[in-house]
Amino acid sequence: MDNNDKIITKITKMAKNMRKKIIDMSLEAGKLSSHFGGGLSIVDITATLYGGIMKYDISNPENPERDRFILSKGHGVLGYYSALAEIGLMSDENLLTFEKTDSDLVGHPVMNRKKGIEFSNGSLGMGLSLGVGVAFSGKKRQKDFKVFVLIGDGECNEGAIWEAAMAGAQFKLDNLTTIIDYNKFQLGGSNSEVMDVSNLKEKWSSFGWDTYETDGHNIKEMYDLFKLKKKSGKPVAIIAHTIKGKGFQFAENNNDWHHAILTKSQYKIALDELNWD
Amino acid sequence: MKINKATMKIWSRIGSRAAFGLTAVELGKTMENLMILTADVSTSAGLDRFRKTHPEKYLDVGIAEQNMMGIAAGLASEGHKVITSTFAPFQTMRCCEQIKVNLGYMNNDVCMVGLSAGIVLGTLGYTHCSIEDIAIMRAIPGMTVISPADSGETVKATIASMKHKGPIYIRLTGGTPNPMVYEDDYDFEIGKANILKNGKDITIFACGTMVYEALQTSNLLLEKGISACVVNMHTIKPLDTMAIKNACEGTNLIVSIEEHNIIGGLGSAIAEYKSTLKNSPPQLILGHPDLYGKSGEYNDLLEKYGLTSPQIADKILQLYQTL
Repeated sequence: MDNNDKIITKITKMAKNMRKKIIDMSLEAGKLSSHFGGGLSIVDITATLYGGIMKYDISNPENPERDRFILSKGHGVLGYYSALAEIGLMSDENLLTFEKTDSDLVGHPVMNRKKGIEFSNGSLGMGLSLGVGVAFSGKKRQKDFKVFVLIGDGECNEGAIWEAAMAGAQFKLDNLTTIIDYNKFQLGGSNSEVMDVSNLKEKWSSFGWDTYETDGHNIKEMYDLFKLKKKSGKPVAIIAHTIKGKGFQFAENNNDWHHAILTKSQYKIALDELNWD
Repeated sequence: MKINKATMKIWSRIGSRAAFGLTAVELGKTMENLMILTADVSTSAGLDRFRKTHPEKYLDVGIAEQNMMGIAAGLASEGHKVITSTFAPFQTMRCCEQIKVNLGYMNNDVCMVGLSAGIVLGTLGYTHCSIEDIAIMRAIPGMTVISPADSGETVKATIASMKHKGPIYIRLTGGTPNPMVYEDDYDFEIGKANILKNGKDITIFACGTMVYEALQTSNLLLEKGISACVVNMHTIKPLDTMAIKNACEGTNLIVSIEEHNIIGGLGSAIAEYKSTLKNSPPQLILGHPDLYGKSGEYNDLLEKYGLTSPQIADKILQLYQTL
């Protein structure tokens, strides 16, 4: 097994662990409900980033040299907190406080740098602008850190995303990568029913971004793509084709799971499907 | 930055926007971490000179205010001291939720400078007027709201904002020239009202351009035998409640006057506090009426909406005589 294969194996295991953590959190949240589908569609992306791509420092989460991750689609927290727990910035007990009164782990991320939550998000269309600001600062100060912003496909309905897209290209932020979680659904239905965002590759390319498409659940493909040397002077957009609710058949491509309650019986089914010992 | 009789005179002549621009140039000389962002209004913001003298500290984001506030917060979170500036309606309302989340909720240190607030751009219509901004900005938790009385106070407030923790909104009013309230340097502290004139009968609280009008009003009232205390309430949030309490205890009528909607601004802020006091005197809330009017030249609009000192004095007299 060469080194690359080892990393892919590690990330794959991490993604599996994250899915287990997610069903634990959802079960514990009970009637509080959780954004299940959109949390699961990003798991393999966040696992790849935190498991093999991003620089971070557990002993000093605010290390200025760290890579920055911004979850612009803030409702994807299940796929975010579970990753931060996997790398050791949050405990499993902490995860189980999810959405409970006075918890740090809110239904949308609330800035908490010690736990690795870079910014508060939840109102869609704002995270990429933050990323432009952070990336601009990095360039200005000649820092090596990279900025990764994860946005939703439905989020691309927001005009502010395209304001930020223009700025990323204008300021030549080649330290900035936007990943679009293209799960083809948004709250009210499929993208095409609600507001068509098709031709995302053409859209981002035409805005001046170095644009790629990938299978957002193929960890090796994503890993290789993140590692690929990109064009200088351009921000990178990665359109990751994903499945909403990925990992649990009852939830896959079923928009009833956009925001839903996981029952005990569903939890057992999920555990079986995960092949959890 | 030299603040003296000579510079105060110059700033008054060039108006608040240009005075802000000159302040920015001075701040840029000593503040390594300063970043000033605009949304394609460098000329209007008086920032052309800043753009030329400190190009590495200047960022134009194009006509995209929502994006500007996100970028500002991103920069602030990296330790930059950030000023954003565009016309007041676009600085506050166009990107209101970005301000809430990026500056309020995350408590990022960003100073917003809203240009030409009030009705000074009346000829351009109410898209470019801003009579709602104080109300909206002060409803955001953690936000500081300042409305400088003149160009000199714009300079003082901008300098003070650079040492302030948390988000801040500075609302510039008035045209060119901008009448002088302060002829020489003075003590300015965010959140601390300045008593410009003592009086025993009534107290007039004013902010922005209306501070000068309030001083003129007090002279007119004196001719009618009414002694008016005039307070420059440059900071609307946090409110100097002690100044209000003292006024309520010492005088028989509280007047508030602002170039802003009578709903939600300085008058409302004072009334909210005053309502907690026992036996406080009545309050006359003066300002722009709660409506969108026809366009017009600044002075005509001020007259139309009763924001000139003779009109203010008349309204006060009418009420005072019934007390």
